[in-house]
Amino acid sequence: MSDAVITKDAPATAQWTKKDLLGLRELSAEEIRLLLTTAESFREISLRPIKKVPALRGKTIVNLFFEPSTRTRTSFELAAKRLSADLINVSASTSSIAKGETILDTIKNLEAMKVDIVVIRHAVAGVPHAIARHACASVVNAGDGSHEHPTQALLDLMTIQEKKGQIQGLRVSIIGDIAHSRVARSNIWGLTKLGASVMVCGPPTLVPPQIAECGVRVSWDVREAIRDADVLMLLRIQHERQEAALVPSLREYRQRYGIDTERLKDAKPGVLIMHPGPINRGVELDSAVADGPHSVILDQVTNGLAVRMATLYHVSGAAKLEGMEP
Amino acid sequence: MSDVPSLVPFREKAKLLDAEAVRRALVRIAHEIVERNKGTDGLALIGICTRGAVLAKRIAEEISAIERQAIQVGALDITLYRDDLSRIAPNPIVQATEISFDITDLRLVLIDDVLFTGRTVRAALDALTDLGRPRSIQLAVLIDRGHRELPIRADYVGKNVPTSVNERVEVRLREPDGRDEVVIEERDAS
Repeated sequence: MSDAVITKDAPATAQWTKKDLLGLRELSAEEIRLLLTTAESFREISLRPIKKVPALRGKTIVNLFFEPSTRTRTSFELAAKRLSADLINVSASTSSIAKGETILDTIKNLEAMKVDIVVIRHAVAGVPHAIARHACASVVNAGDGSHEHPTQALLDLMTIQEKKGQIQGLRVSIIGDIAHSRVARSNIWGLTKLGASVMVCGPPTLVPPQIAECGVRVSWDVREAIRDADVLMLLRIQHERQEAALVPSLREYRQRYGIDTERLKDAKPGVLIMHPGPINRGVELDSAVADGPHSVILDQVTNGLAVRMATLYHVSGAAKLEGMEP
Repeated sequence: MSDVPSLVPFREKAKLLDAEAVRRALVRIAHEIVERNKGTDGLALIGICTRGAVLAKRIAEEISAIERQAIQVGALDITLYRDDLSRIAPNPIVQATEISFDITDLRLVLIDDVLFTGRTVRAALDALTDLGRPRSIQLAVLIDRGHRELPIRADYVGKNVPTSVNERVEVRLREPDGRDEVVIEERDAS
């Protein structure tokens, strides 16, 4: 027991100096590792009888969600509360945005009330970036259109690292609607920066060929994606982002790309099954696999809380650095 | 917690303890802990990250050798409890608190390398209170350099060293630093 203490991991040497967390594309491998190391330290807090530390006492955080969300919103809310920050939830449908106020005006008004961090989700790519340029408050991207979802990718990286010991050299296959997935894009940046080899797989209508420019291999054959993979990351078929019918039917998608126990027989014995949720059971993932021994889907949710605590902790520190604290 | 955060270069003024002196101090502290607590029943050591945690492990080994009985050891990170978090930037790196046992009703000995203003110990006491309700908490430090800003006193001290506020006491330990020694440094005026 006493051996488990201390110097196991050399503390990360990087410092976090960014006011905002907008995407993994902008981050160095060192910055990603720092967030992961911090998140690992934070995981223990949620196991305590008193699940709260005073680190962000007196800070105010706004959850500004323009799209529905359960996991991400509650995860940010709990993360804020476990760090002793005050948190307000604003959803687009109940706010003045429904009356025609611009997003920037909404943000400026929130800032006038001395808000320190804005966590934002929006259907349009780039909205968090635009706000970050104009706001003094820190901005955390909780998903912008099909662009990035950095905290989801961080929690995926943390889960892989926890289960596999490292990310360098692993083969990760991301299967599903790559074209519409911000989770896929953030994961591609994060995984390749940390030295994993990434393959994306899905029907040609949902896998843009240009994605290869991000340094990933492309396959339309799910058997190829399963073979040799250390991690299978399944994505949800996103009905809400598909104007045209890009998949003939969910039944056909399931037949060609769905993961069931039969298909999993060709996988490596220690393969990890991951899914960002919400799962369409029986479409991209069979229940037997989602709840099976390879699944780490609920570990992802647990780690998500720690990753969001780490994110709020570091952006709050960097805001002071820029002397931009409102 | 480092004593004087500064970019001003420091140079070594004197060596306070060499490796052998560090070892002797820890052996003595181990004996004092056992004597004061009449054995190791219900006793546990908590080291403050990073170097206090290293010292806690070493003292635990000494106590195990003296009493022929293992003693529980934990590591406590106090970063999130610092009273200057809202003043420093960027936020310091957080290390894992690893206390794998319930501290409620235990007699704890909190261990750190240097006792200076007392603010680190204050943060540690708050952190421990969030983890449970120990029966008592004692404090052991390798170096007490004075200049307290809070009403805090150590129960076990390796060496008392009068210092100036502008000096810095550096404790180096084998595990993180490659060698055991304690030096006092002063600002390089040149």
